[in-house]
Amino acid sequence: MQYLRDNPDRVLELTEQHVRLVASSILIAMLIGIPIGILVTRVRWLETPVIGAFGMLYTVPSLALFVILLRYTGIGQTTVIVALVLYSLLAIVRNTIAGLDSVPPAMIDAAQGMGMTGLQRLFWVELPLALPVILAGVRLATVAAVGIATIGAVIGAGGLGRLIFDGMRSLDTDRIIAGALVASLLALAADWGLAALGNLLRRDVGVLSKG
Amino acid sequence: MIRLEHVSKVFTSRGQVVKAVDDVSLEVGAGELVVLIGPSGSGKTTTMRMINRLEVPTSGRIIVDGRDVQEMDVVALRRRIGYVIQQGGLFPHFTVADNVAVVPRLLGWPRAKRRQRAYELLELVGLPPDQFADRYPRQLSGGQQQRVGVARALAADPPIVLMDEPFGAVDPITRKQLQRELRRIQSEVRKTIVFVTHDIGEAFLLADRIVLMSEGRVVQDATPADLLRRPADAFVTEFIGEDRGLRALQYTRLEELAGPAPAGQSPNGVVLPGALSVLEAAREVGKFENATGDGFWVSDDAGRPVGYLTYLQFVALLGETIAPEDTSGKEPAHAVSA
Ligand SMILES: Nc1ncnc2c1ncn2[C@@H]1O[C@H](COP(=O)(O)OP(=O)(O)O)[C@@H](O)[C@H]1O
Ligand SMILES: [Mg+2]
Repeated sequence: MQYLRDNPDRVLELTEQHVRLVASSILIAMLIGIPIGILVTRVRWLETPVIGAFGMLYTVPSLALFVILLRYTGIGQTTVIVALVLYSLLAIVRNTIAGLDSVPPAMIDAAQGMGMTGLQRLFWVELPLALPVILAGVRLATVAAVGIATIGAVIGAGGLGRLIFDGMRSLDTDRIIAGALVASLLALAADWGLAALGNLLRRDVGVLSKG
Repeated sequence: MIRLEHVSKVFTSRGQVVKAVDDVSLEVGAGELVVLIGPSGSGKTTTMRMINRLEVPTSGRIIVDGRDVQEMDVVALRRRIGYVIQQGGLFPHFTVADNVAVVPRLLGWPRAKRRQRAYELLELVGLPPDQFADRYPRQLSGGQQQRVGVARALAADPPIVLMDEPFGAVDPITRKQLQRELRRIQSEVRKTIVFVTHDIGEAFLLADRIVLMSEGRVVQDATPADLLRRPADAFVTEFIGEDRGLRALQYTRLEELAGPAPAGQSPNGVVLPGALSVLEAAREVGKFENATGDGFWVSDDAGRPVGYLTYLQFVALLGETIAPEDTSGKEPAHAVSA
């Protein structure tokens, strides 16, 4: 606790870096993953190869992935962001597919019967109804990303990992604990915040709350 | 106007070939309410869904207002055809007003006009707009949701409305009420309606014509009165059920029985609404104790006297309606004197 008390500015700065790393990775992963999920529900045979590929990526240890990516994206934040995006895609794509699949056939039927075009159906009906499930995927990915991002400090991406690795180098247990503690709190906060947002949507949308 | 010409639909799923609709031809005139009825799996829904192209016929043609639907723009076609599905099918994330105004929104109506239209329609289906417009579907009872479903189908004032077991999922009392309301609404808006049900009572209550289907084919296509009086075969008789006589009394309407209004006479004395069932009419007739004349006038929805029935004809028709080949002569007599 001593370290936290003595260096609040440093901790805050690293926390901010950490949040920025995770947030931009998750945003990019959503921008890529949600369209891929939508595509898979339209072109069904893509499901096995797409989920297979992202599933395989997910099993690569993070340090190994960083090292592989270093050759292409170099030292620094870019590599970490790319890695985090790759890890996050599995949960986001999978939940996008599950969310769209969970839209009741009667809703699709009503949307089509009313004379919606494919895009209107997607944006007015399917995505809003799938949103709670998609958000659950985002939540899963975010919590994992907060943890994985700490390892990014090894390759100079900053963030709370810095405290941990600096502490290891200087045998400063207090600093390691500070880094780990704040990272855990961050993960909890993200988890809780996204869960709250999900509940709000679920209640507002009123779907999936029955089953 | 809708016309189906030798329409068939074959489904192939997992190697199984199902002939869902088998050479169906039928016509629904403008302003007519035709009920498709039959056991589960007889092809009613599929027949209906081919009209707004949610299914594509395997063979045959469907003509709407003189044009083959297959040659029309599918989105434009559907926006001209109201559609009510089982259990309402309301969008849970839209308010009631937004649900009702979906098609107007698709058609690009300005916001204020959509809102006004939604209010009109909620009024029409008996849901006070001030109370219901901004609620979400899950805050409504099943019956209220069905009403919103009907309002939504009528929102853009489509000439044609398709209804697939719209009242199937509500309790019997609410269902009766919804059926009556639909008749009132239909007398106001006069849409061309195709209505799917498996409830024979509902069919008799609502239909101008009943099309009875079995295994993808049309078994009989007739007015409710003719279906009762002249069932095509044993399947029809059995489908209508044992209490056919009672049904006849309940569901045959005066307007189906009345002759032309006699020329040169003014309707003094008894005038009964043509929408009354024979049973209801028998009850009403009894109330005019000191009526003169040998019969009564039958009025249309607007209250204009348009037909005439003598008491003798009424009793005879009652007898014929209720008993094409046999049974109780006592019931009509009893009913008339009641
Ligand atoms: N999409 C489909 N794929 C395969 N078979 C279908 C499909 N839709 C309907 N059927 C079959 O077609 C037949 C008629 O179904 P349907 O029109 O729904 O009957 P109904 O509405 O009278 O109950 C049934 O045997 C049903 O199983
Ligand atoms: Mg059906």
